[in-house]
Amino acid sequence: MANRAVKSPLPGTFYRRANPQADPFVSEGDRVEPGDVVGLVEIMKNFHEITSEEAGTVERFLVENEDLIEAGQNLIVLSD
Amino acid sequence: MRKVLVANRGEIALRVIRACRELGLGSVAVYSTADEQALHVRVADEAVCIGPPHARESYLDGGAVLRAAREAGADAVHPGYGFLAENARFAAACRAAGLVFVGPAPELIEEMGDKAKARRRARDAGVPTVPGTDELASVDEALESAAAIGYPVMVKAVAGGGGRGIRTASEPDELRSVVVDAAREAEAAFGDGSFYLERLLPDARHVEVQVLGDEHGNMIHLYERECSLQRRRQKVLEEAPSPVLDSAAREAIAADALRLARAVGYTGAGTLEFLLDRAGSFHFIEMNTRIQVEHPVTEMVVGVDIVKEQLRVAAGERLGVVQDEVAVRGAAIEFRINAEDPERRFLPSPGEITALELPGGPGVRVDTAVFAGYRIPPFYDSLIAKLIVWDRTREEAMARGERALSELRIEGVKTTVPLHLGLLSDGLFRAGDYHVDFLESKLGH
Repeated sequence: MANRAVKSPLPGTFYRRANPQADPFVSEGDRVEPGDVVGLVEIMKNFHEITSEEAGTVERFLVENEDLIEAGQNLIVLSD
Repeated sequence: MRKVLVANRGEIALRVIRACRELGLGSVAVYSTADEQALHVRVADEAVCIGPPHARESYLDGGAVLRAAREAGADAVHPGYGFLAENARFAAACRAAGLVFVGPAPELIEEMGDKAKARRRARDAGVPTVPGTDELASVDEALESAAAIGYPVMVKAVAGGGGRGIRTASEPDELRSVVVDAAREAEAAFGDGSFYLERLLPDARHVEVQVLGDEHGNMIHLYERECSLQRRRQKVLEEAPSPVLDSAAREAIAADALRLARAVGYTGAGTLEFLLDRAGSFHFIEMNTRIQVEHPVTEMVVGVDIVKEQLRVAAGERLGVVQDEVAVRGAAIEFRINAEDPERRFLPSPGEITALELPGGPGVRVDTAVFAGYRIPPFYDSLIAKLIVWDRTREEAMARGERALSELRIEGVKTTVPLHLGLLSDGLFRAGDYHVDFLESKLGH
């Protein structure tokens, strides 16, 4: 199967960690299952969890921590 | 005092700039690069860019604000609400830089900002507080105290505020885990992990009293606001007067607020928040040492411009109004219009406002900084407008509110207007029969 992407449902600021001291939710090579939290988006002082809709392996990130993202933007490439 | 830097954005920045203009004071706006098109930037006499979009690199950067004040030759700083408004270090830095901070002294911000200290000051002044503790440092202390106070209890961060840093526990095991989480969260959010307990009062109402003090020993109150309509501890709709206080209770809560404000030597505009329990007793919970979002409902019923009074006091003048002149006339309701989607669990809805028509006519006030073609940035609060209505009775104010909300047209983003229309057709709201958990249970949370 082809590579798939995790998208953000919302625009805002993307974070890879729950807080600056925490480990990243996921890193390259990690296995994710549907519903796993892979990042946060901060929008209007609220934090929303970004979850993967599918199972797969994190191949690479298309955005950096704290990047500004648009709604529907691809964030993470998953491979099988 | 001749030129005031307004260290804020959005509707409150505009509100302060308007008061400055009416008082003949110059105004300086500050803005982030995300706010170059913002109305407060255009309306102020001058504007200085203070950094990139993220608030911590711009509106929360006290150093950048002070540099802007120096650059523009401002001699005072009005912090609005949020951002640096209750930051004692920033207030002290203003003073050290020779600038007037429009608010109380940094020592007072610090003292009343420490919620456990504020509770002690209230007790010392003979003002009732919610049964609870001083600051605690361990799970064992919390368990012991909770057993004495009685469950359910609220765990509150000493440094919290604005509805953040609060958790509840209904039995010891839950308390144990909640305390650990609360301490960690408070440490991360406020840099101070200490907390205290308060008994959770079921079906309580949130009633707050506006006070004003000057440096000449004058202290007055402007009666109360009813702020029980909340979602996730954020106020949604406020009204003045409270629909449930009779005149004896109204005078009593105002007198208690005034006594505490006097006891701490308060200056400027401040708000003392109380919980009104089912039995009708009120308990002080905390003080806000700044202008509040919902200040217009008070302005509408007492006819006092609170922001102008703040500026007068900051300039060392006497309050422009004495207690005997303060009387509540009619009823006012404020509807907070947020860029949120009520259909999708209030998900923020930033984006471009493609069309905007504001209501008008008698008894209608709109405080907003948005306009048609404005792009709401995703970085800041979702509040885009406050619609405030006044009429002679609460019944008439509700009718006026419905009329004004139906005239309001905002296109391009989702807003909380449908939520307000729903409230206005709710029998319990119309009867004034609601408490702090009312809205969430109505929404089925």
